[in-house]
Amino acid sequence: MKISGAEAVIRCLLAEGVDLVYGYPGGAIMPVYDEIYKFQDQLHHVLVRHEQGAAHAAQGFARATGKVGVAIATSGPGATNLVTGIADAQIDSTPLVCITGQVGKHLLGSDAFQETDIIGISTPVTKWNYQITEAHEIPEIIAKAFYIARSGRPGPVLIDITKNAQFDELDFSYEKCTGIRSYHPKPDLNLQKVQEAADLINNAKKPYIIFGQGIILSEAEEQLKRFVEKSGIPAAWTILGLSALPTDHPLNVGMVGMHGNYGPNLLTNECDVLIALGMRFDDRVTGNLATYAKQAKVIHFEIDPAEVDKNVKTDVAVLADVKEALTALIPLIDKKAHDSWHNEFKEKYKIEFDSVINEELNPTNGKGISMGETMEMINKHSKGDAIIVSDVGQHQMFACRYAKFNSTKSNVTSGGLGTMGFALPAAIGAKMGKPDREVVAIIGDGGFQMNIQELGTIFQSQVPVKIVVLNNEFLGMVRQWQELFFDNRYASTNMINPNFIAIAQGYHIKSRKVTEREDLDAAVEEMMASKDSYFLEVMVEKENNVFPMIPTGASVSDMRLS
Amino acid sequence: MENKMFTISVYSENNVGLLNRISGIFLKRHINILSLNVSESEIENVSRFVIVVNTTEKWVQNIVGQIEKQIEVIKAFYHVDEETIFLESAIFKIASNLLFDERQIQNIIKDSKSEIVTVSREFFVISKSGKRSEIEELYAKLKPFGIMQFVRSGRISVSKEKMQISSLLEVL
Repeated sequence: MKISGAEAVIRCLLAEGVDLVYGYPGGAIMPVYDEIYKFQDQLHHVLVRHEQGAAHAAQGFARATGKVGVAIATSGPGATNLVTGIADAQIDSTPLVCITGQVGKHLLGSDAFQETDIIGISTPVTKWNYQITEAHEIPEIIAKAFYIARSGRPGPVLIDITKNAQFDELDFSYEKCTGIRSYHPKPDLNLQKVQEAADLINNAKKPYIIFGQGIILSEAEEQLKRFVEKSGIPAAWTILGLSALPTDHPLNVGMVGMHGNYGPNLLTNECDVLIALGMRFDDRVTGNLATYAKQAKVIHFEIDPAEVDKNVKTDVAVLADVKEALTALIPLIDKKAHDSWHNEFKEKYKIEFDSVINEELNPTNGKGISMGETMEMINKHSKGDAIIVSDVGQHQMFACRYAKFNSTKSNVTSGGLGTMGFALPAAIGAKMGKPDREVVAIIGDGGFQMNIQELGTIFQSQVPVKIVVLNNEFLGMVRQWQELFFDNRYASTNMINPNFIAIAQGYHIKSRKVTEREDLDAAVEEMMASKDSYFLEVMVEKENNVFPMIPTGASVSDMRLS
Repeated sequence: MENKMFTISVYSENNVGLLNRISGIFLKRHINILSLNVSESEIENVSRFVIVVNTTEKWVQNIVGQIEKQIEVIKAFYHVDEETIFLESAIFKIASNLLFDERQIQNIIKDSKSEIVTVSREFFVISKSGKRSEIEELYAKLKPFGIMQFVRSGRISVSKEKMQISSLLEVL
């Protein structure tokens, strides 16, 4: 069957099970858009307002569903606008396929109109990228793109297609990619290593689990739960591991990292065996590496060999898909309870509750609404069933510290890259991927204005997301650092904001502003009950800080409570 | 950990853009590549990179891991000098009259075990393969007479141990 390259692109997407793409048209991608028009009953294209929005929406979709997100853009500025989202997906291991148009092959390298070297630009931030210059390459390359994006440690792939390749014809046939000889996405599980890990765990007095996004990516939530319950080992999560184990699970002790919980950080330096499951010892988790878990034997379950011994020297590395590894490990583990060890976490939690959490959730002294109590109110009305999409900053830390989750793939946030502007478009993708779930975006007044244009997408595509802006009229996290480390010199962190309610109303989005504590409950209830999208602005205490905190470069043992 | 010379060998598919991807890993860590050579390997359609860097063993381990995880890289290794047989090549272009006016030059060429590649009326070209120090020694000896052009290649090396590439490729 002879078809155009552009039609082949669409047929490839359909063959990969894609029925939803985010994008923005432009000159060099017009042949593909012409086919999007023809195939609109099979492939839903969501017109965003900026290509960065397309990338983040595709990420939100991928994170909430576990499927590959797809974003489409034109050459030049269209392609470069995707880059932040691609970089975010790379560092947070999110499967994306980005398709960009490119000038015709004969114009490559000539500085033609809207030509940019997107292959060169995207190389450091993609798992793989490829420039298609001939139509016949399209099926094989797109098949590889999807295979690479979703297999092993997932990541973003960018496929750049010259305009001639979109116009030219090819004999179309599609075969899914099942392997690439130079690429081994899943290391073979070494049972000897699993046994070594089991021996260490069974002999440990104070074993401690930290689980990361690897659990979610390999869908090992059930195995994690069984492992934790059988072994009785306290388990903490990294920011991207959040929701892999229900937050109210009795063995779930909280979050590690800079603004994580007190016990999980301090006790990292008291455990005797540290079991890292699908996490990568990011510096925001470890603090000063020279003083991180030096007393412990470290077992690292990891799919990406490049992560082993990168930051923390391991005693036993189990290189494998974490689901396979845990499945093999569980039968080898002795049933235990570790009660006194758990009590240490409880004692530390009591300290944190008394000095931080209680005041955050029940502010006194006439203080304004806190971000933490807003999160509690959302918990009350979501009952822990919502997908929470957070942006970057103080509100993100409050969201991740206080949100309740009953089920997995429910915490969508920009972890590694810390991309302000992520949440609004990512919430669009999460909601479209999981239309039956409630999706609540938690955003600061700064980040909201970084991709505020996506309100237009929410309006045009009628995406019923709930948007909560926690407005403290500051770039709060930077302001907090200025207060703590730069002698209160608030350089460019105060925000003079527009009338957000009027803006939301301009997009015909139902909206409400809360300034008084007594209105919060009713407002959140109204928002959660709304069938349509809803914008809730909460004016919060201006100069609240997120605590506890491990200052940059400090040890996890030196976490500050105030 | 102290800095040392490491030779990184990378076996890869022969694809456009891979060099950029690999060099980017060094760029990201602000490491200067001392020498780089890309050629065919012993396996058809498989390229071999030989990259020399001066860094710590910890970093070279991390870098090799990050190189290996590139989709089109089949396998990467690193070695210290004692574990490899390595050499570089250099070409010297020298004015022909010196061959007759400065009799010593003929002895220098003979002693250095270099080869005369070509001789014309205006210039002659000699090539020398060997260790960096041997090439530098030859350079120092020829310099006083005047060198018209000089160029030295990157390091090429083979390891003393086996590098199991063919068997890796047979898996798929």
